[in-house]
Amino acid sequence: MKKKLGSTLILILSTFFVLSGCFGGGTTKEPASNDSGKPSDETEETAPKVLRLNNSSEPGSLHPGTAQGTHDSWILEHAFEGLTKKTPEGEIIQGMAEEWETSEDGLTWTFHLRDGIHWSNGDPVTATDFEYAWKYALNPESASTYAYQLYYLEGGQEFNEGKAGEDGVGVTATDEKTLEVKLAQPTPYFLDLTSFYTYYPINQKVQEDNPEWYQEADTYVSNGAFKLTEWKHKESIKLAKNEHYYEQDKINLDEVHFVIIDDENTAWQMYQAGELDLVYPLPQDVQGQLMANNDPEFVAGPDLSVYYYNINNNVKPFNNPKVRKALSMAIERQTIVDHVAQGGQPPAYSVVPPGIPDVNGDYQENTGKLFEENLDEAKKLLEEGLAEEGMDQIPNFTLTYNTSEGHKAIAEAVQEMWRKNLGIEMTLENVEFQVKLDREKAGDYTISRAGWVGDYVDPMTFMDLWVTDGPYNDADWSNAEYDKLVQTAKTTMDQEVRMKAMHDAEKILMDEMPILPIYFYTKPFTVKPNVTGIYTPINRYPQFIYADIE
Amino acid sequence: MLKYSLKRICLALVTLWVIITLTFLLMHSIPGNPFAQEGSMPKAVYDNLQSYYNLDKPLLTQYGLYLQSLLQLDFGPSLKSSSISVNDYIKNGFPISLHLGAQAMVIAITFGLIFGVIASLNRNKWPDYVAMVLAIIGISVPNFILATILINYLAVEWHLFPVATWKSWSHTVLPSIALAMMPMAYIARLMRSSMLEVLSQDYILTAKSKGLSRYSVIFKHAIRNAMLPIVTVLGILIANLVTGSFIIESIFGIPGMGEMFVKGIFNRDYPVILGSTIFYSAILIFLILIVDLAYTWIDPRIKVPGGRK
Repeated sequence: MKKKLGSTLILILSTFFVLSGCFGGGTTKEPASNDSGKPSDETEETAPKVLRLNNSSEPGSLHPGTAQGTHDSWILEHAFEGLTKKTPEGEIIQGMAEEWETSEDGLTWTFHLRDGIHWSNGDPVTATDFEYAWKYALNPESASTYAYQLYYLEGGQEFNEGKAGEDGVGVTATDEKTLEVKLAQPTPYFLDLTSFYTYYPINQKVQEDNPEWYQEADTYVSNGAFKLTEWKHKESIKLAKNEHYYEQDKINLDEVHFVIIDDENTAWQMYQAGELDLVYPLPQDVQGQLMANNDPEFVAGPDLSVYYYNINNNVKPFNNPKVRKALSMAIERQTIVDHVAQGGQPPAYSVVPPGIPDVNGDYQENTGKLFEENLDEAKKLLEEGLAEEGMDQIPNFTLTYNTSEGHKAIAEAVQEMWRKNLGIEMTLENVEFQVKLDREKAGDYTISRAGWVGDYVDPMTFMDLWVTDGPYNDADWSNAEYDKLVQTAKTTMDQEVRMKAMHDAEKILMDEMPILPIYFYTKPFTVKPNVTGIYTPINRYPQFIYADIE
Repeated sequence: MLKYSLKRICLALVTLWVIITLTFLLMHSIPGNPFAQEGSMPKAVYDNLQSYYNLDKPLLTQYGLYLQSLLQLDFGPSLKSSSISVNDYIKNGFPISLHLGAQAMVIAITFGLIFGVIASLNRNKWPDYVAMVLAIIGISVPNFILATILINYLAVEWHLFPVATWKSWSHTVLPSIALAMMPMAYIARLMRSSMLEVLSQDYILTAKSKGLSRYSVIFKHAIRNAMLPIVTVLGILIANLVTGSFIIESIFGIPGMGEMFVKGIFNRDYPVILGSTIFYSAILIFLILIVDLAYTWIDPRIKVPGGRK
């Protein structure tokens, strides 16, 4: 027994040392040579130009038909190209299509593909690839979340609902180079949609030979400026310049390396340590510091989205527009933006964000402020509104937000402003995101935090949210005149009539205030000074197609 | 011994089945939906998704389908990713979490035992105070704070290690330390009190009085007996460490399986919730069995039921 005694502890310990030794050797993936964490300043002429950035989540799908969300689209936008694409100035220009014409009624569009366009495996890109891809996304069996982006096509919705076959879908490749598109109704922003990822082509041959082609880098085939060369799931993604791209002489980067880093603070620390060249998104407090210091590496790019509070229009006294307006007028938006959100966001006095073109100029600039923050007026309105509802004060109510430090801070600021400015007491409640969505749909809330990111660059992507029984009208507000104006804007190709109708509708919306706009989001990111050519279209992540490293 | 082990394995399978059934029922009864998003999708799109993943079928049918695929060791698809299945999640993530957890465990056990023994042998002297202050810091400072401090100084300021990601051995150092602190402190405290108890036993006095060297007394008599409580907690500590820590893996950008547990629930990704729960339970049950068997090896006075009389 004595002999065994001493060896016991040593055995246990040595087992673990040996174990760790095995793993240490076994799973080391690369030599540690160039991963020392030291900032590299090797930008010699000969070295390949590599842009390093973070994607804050593993993409769910890198298939244009089934992709959803920005973690997928950031990669797709650089690996694929649609019929059209956008310049750094936001202008829509030729992509895969060289020219196009539209019929007088705006229902038929004919696209002519340019010559010399190829997939990354060398196959030519044909009109059939587009027809195939669009029908693939609409096919109910593909279970595509974004299929509704193609409901603009004639017969598209019916096919997706399983009520009609794919033959009725209004997209046909009349020959290798010509794509004819029939729309269900005139859609003035259709050209904008053709640059969106659900409208990208897929290589029919590749898809039919191997339906899982998009799951690994080895089998991945795309038609854009970059191709996927490595995908270590949940770890990293590498893109390289696509030598088959028709404009490859305009592409300066040789490679793009994404790391998948969930934690914003870690990504920021990697940037500070020189391991990344561009970081988006940033931690909120870092944004504030960088803004305050006027840091030259900091950019607050525009964003097509609005942060707002839903008011349940069925709950007394919030069914009264005067009460809702009083609440809105008593929120000091500039203070929230400067001290809480801290990302250079413009305060919102309407719902359509800046950056969308009007007939002349910018839509939001032409709208101007649709209401003002005015405490005296707010108190007066609140009193009148309550009297109309036969109440003398607002009973304690709850503001619900999905769990996040950022939403919490804003909710606390609003709570304090309403207490100080109007003498209103309310309780804050945080719930899981999924629970919040459930409760909003069920109308089981009084005030809830919400946000909306536009799908396409047109005011309609915001305006049709609040039509009666609209899919995202969680406020359950209804106004016949508003509905009529939105319908007018939806059915005409005349830009002047459309824009006027939407401006008028937005005035009604802000007059009745079923929702309380707080601010328009921005896309705050940092980029190293030696990286040039990054630009941020309003509805995209920072684009690096034309980026260069000096 | 063999009979005992077989009985325990059968019991483990029943336990697993109960866990699967309870998890299945619980997860379908919480509010929320895997496909919910801001701005509801058209009904057709939602229906297509539901039928694609068989979620439109009655719950009992879904349960049957799940058990059926489970028998073929198929944990199903992830509802949030069409590129990786739950099996891939485990296959890719577990070796990484195991590697990280094993390194952390080595650090935790080695230093935990050393600190605990030193503290107990120098009771109420300065080495005891130093070791126990370290242990209290280890237990009370959350590992995400420690991780941030480590990154800030060792990586960003001094460039000794890379900040994050999982590429080479040097990438594993900081997360291993951050992950090891808590169990290390826990082991150190447990070892100290256990040693103190053993050292006050009569047989230690006997050993001393029969003239054994201090080394023999401590290493051959005291430590071995004091190890028993440590072994008891090791099963649970190891199960927790090797199945990954969501926080540490998230901070260091490590593609382990820790995030399955948290994100699965957050996204209502049903197959991921079930897969991670089953996998974790299996590991925990297995380790507890090993711990029970290890008792007899460490302390021959303990006999397994049905074992040699």
